[in-house]
Amino acid sequence: MLGLIASIPYWAQSLLRVLGGIVAVLLPAGTIVYVFLFKMMSFMQSRLGPMEAGPFGSLQLFAEVGKWLQKEDLYPERADRFIFKIAPLIVLSSTFLLVAVVPFGPDAWFTDFEAGVFYALAVSSVSVLGILIAGWSSANKYSLLGGLRAAGQLIAYELPMVLAVIGVVIQAGTMNLQQIVVAQNAGSIFGWDGLGNPYILTQFVGFIIFMIAVQAELTQTPFDMPIAESELVSGYMTEYSGFRFLIFFIGEFATAGVFALIASILFLGGWGVPFAWFGWTSIDSVDNWMNVVGPLIMFTKMMLLVFVIMWVRFSYPRFREDQLQRFAWKVLIPLSLVNIMATSVLKVAF
Amino acid sequence: MSPFLRSYLTVVWFGLAAFLLGGLLLWVASLLRPVKPNREKGMPYESGVDPVGEGWSQSQIRYYVFALLFVVFDVEAVFLFPWATQLERYGSFGLVEMGVFVAVLLLGLVYAWRKGVLRWV
Repeated sequence: MLGLIASIPYWAQSLLRVLGGIVAVLLPAGTIVYVFLFKMMSFMQSRLGPMEAGPFGSLQLFAEVGKWLQKEDLYPERADRFIFKIAPLIVLSSTFLLVAVVPFGPDAWFTDFEAGVFYALAVSSVSVLGILIAGWSSANKYSLLGGLRAAGQLIAYELPMVLAVIGVVIQAGTMNLQQIVVAQNAGSIFGWDGLGNPYILTQFVGFIIFMIAVQAELTQTPFDMPIAESELVSGYMTEYSGFRFLIFFIGEFATAGVFALIASILFLGGWGVPFAWFGWTSIDSVDNWMNVVGPLIMFTKMMLLVFVIMWVRFSYPRFREDQLQRFAWKVLIPLSLVNIMATSVLKVAF
Repeated sequence: MSPFLRSYLTVVWFGLAAFLLGGLLLWVASLLRPVKPNREKGMPYESGVDPVGEGWSQSQIRYYVFALLFVVFDVEAVFLFPWATQLERYGSFGLVEMGVFVAVLLLGLVYAWRKGVLRWV
């Protein structure tokens, strides 16, 4: 498989990678919006959701995109025009940079960084820049306040996320996402290797902190203070209309998918199955068909994790701004530091 | 070019792809959408009330202390990551060293907490 990839010229490899990346961003985003935002939310509220376009409304997304394409592109007269226009694209590019590091199979990866998870955490914060300049350039008091509020929340919850990941890095002994997957699937629990060693078992505290931080980074409901559509007129997005608004929207749900993919790599074993099932010992002995099955396993795990995110989103009321700041600084950060020290003590002791 | 740099070049392509895809969609939209600006549409939206004064009004930035703390802990994370990958080699020596480092920073957080700057007023 790797030999096959190496025989293609570099420009064609890059083109294939980028096309794969676009699929890996848009396919989860579309599925998440239809399955969870349209259907699951409707069922939880005792209604049917979209039913007209296609069987069970499954073509609703295409109808929506068609609708958004025809909307007028408004901007405030005093807005900083150029920055106003590129802000949604910066948010979207953060998602694309993030998906570049996700491995989908033993050879099915876009990039194979040694510092994979470090890079992922770094580029995930590029979206904060897009949000800040979107709020600033709108020349609207609500948007400016909304942008500052969003930035305050995103930097507060970035720390618990980063610190929760360190526990996984200590256990795996590497930052490379591919090797983190291998370490989990080749591992064993007290000598029993039927399940591998998914880090959700040993890093359960880290997993919970990570998922809470992801919820906040995605500004999903208990933490949706930056947006608050009905009360605070969508914060930094107040002045956006038409397709630029839709790009923010796509970026939000695509990032939800990619964060779920990264969480599944860090805590649920990623694309792999426990290597003991098929007698594999290292990544080189993994059979070639895993390059096809791996992405499907990843997709299943992603849907599971996004289900949890959306379940919380549709169930809980919103945190107040001071509550969510207090929760991040006084609960999550001390807890994740304690988690790091406990993990490292156990790692050295065993 | 080495494979190491090539994988970073892939990242550049991914970033460009986002701008190209977004630009393409916006271009398609520009062929389909109406363009009828007027003064009312160009006014900032403030829940239906005509806006007063500048859009870039002075506002209190509440979290400059949070931003400082963020930098402190982010730099801490930068030091923690390489240490975490090599912990097996360092053994208990590395553990004690990093324990002291984390404890000092945790002390800083406790100090900020006691000073009452972790309140969103």
